[in-house]
Amino acid sequence: MAKKESTLANMVIALLTITLVASASLGAVYEVTKEPIAAARLAKKNAAILFVIPEYNNSPVDEVYKVAVDRDTLYFYPGKNNNEFVGTAVESFTNSGFSGKIRVMVGFRPDGSINNYRILEHAETPGLGTKMEPWFRDEKGQRSILGINPGTANLTVSKDGGDVDAITAATISSRAFLDAVQRAYDNLRKEN
Amino acid sequence: MITSEKKINMSQLKNFTKGFIRENPVFALFLGLCPTLGVTTSAINGIGMGMATTFVLVMSNLVVSVVKNFIPDKVRIPAFIVIIASFVTIVQLIMQAYVPSLFEALGLFIPLIVVNCVVLGRAEAFASKNNPGSSVIDGLGMGLGFTFALGLLGSVREILGSGSIFNIKFIEGDGLLIFILSPGAFLALGYLIVIINKLSKKGS
Repeated sequence: MAKKESTLANMVIALLTITLVASASLGAVYEVTKEPIAAARLAKKNAAILFVIPEYNNSPVDEVYKVAVDRDTLYFYPGKNNNEFVGTAVESFTNSGFSGKIRVMVGFRPDGSINNYRILEHAETPGLGTKMEPWFRDEKGQRSILGINPGTANLTVSKDGGDVDAITAATISSRAFLDAVQRAYDNLRKEN
Repeated sequence: MITSEKKINMSQLKNFTKGFIRENPVFALFLGLCPTLGVTTSAINGIGMGMATTFVLVMSNLVVSVVKNFIPDKVRIPAFIVIIASFVTIVQLIMQAYVPSLFEALGLFIPLIVVNCVVLGRAEAFASKNNPGSSVIDGLGMGLGFTFALGLLGSVREILGSGSIFNIKFIEGDGLLIFILSPGAFLALGYLIVIINKLSKKGS
């Protein structure tokens, strides 16, 4: 292949054409995928809410209220069954994860005890910190946090004098997870 | 006529298969090691990353090969990068929309495909000198070779590290945790390269 001579004009034209075509096609793909992406996010959020609080028949996503703390936001999704309050799903976070931020959805019953939880986002070590999801509802020892009321129990790992067993070889992730749950509870109490 | 056709088919087949062992991007050329070591904590992550890279490789090879005669020599690298980056962003959007769970697992590493030396390397070394047909085959071969390498490394690390394969547990409790952590990636890759070198030397 003969190399094409480089002049200022043809370099500018070639790059301009390529960037124009590239941005046009990216715009088109963005338009097509915009709705599925939003739908996937909402579906994930709804699935998490449904998982962590007892049966509701309102739409918690529409009744959301927010609190800004530590340069981030906590979201509260109140669940109601025929206007009777059945619990709140709190989207909480912690900055003290082993590799950055962890976001969790924690469901509280009206009396403040933990009903269930789900990890939304994290970057913990696969095989260690990733055990957060099953670990804290495991019946073995003092792993499970389900049914515990963070107002009366000491929600820290047993190594720090608390009531919860940390994940083997992932104490930092365990501390971070409990920090996120505690943060959810503290702000929920402050709000109500 | 028949013989020349056969010859073309043979060379295309060679062109396709060279990416698996002889010129495997990971085991023989040592290209793209950053995502290789980063994402291969499980077999499925490795294969997912490999497939995403394969798509980008095939598409960028095709486009680079089509437009190669219109691009002035001095600006060819920026032009290739723009083409590659566009396809990476397309992959990212599509994964986010239709396979959100895989996107979550690979998240950070998808944008890094842009600077994966395998992709730019094939655009510069192969696609800019060959016709679109063989460029696509080259991209497909190289991409599948990359997928094969990542899948193999991911499987080894998952088996040794978590005692499972494709998320199916076959031992109770934990495996050798070091293979899940980053040092294990280097160890596993090192031993795999030793084994593959040993096997391919024997053949030749």
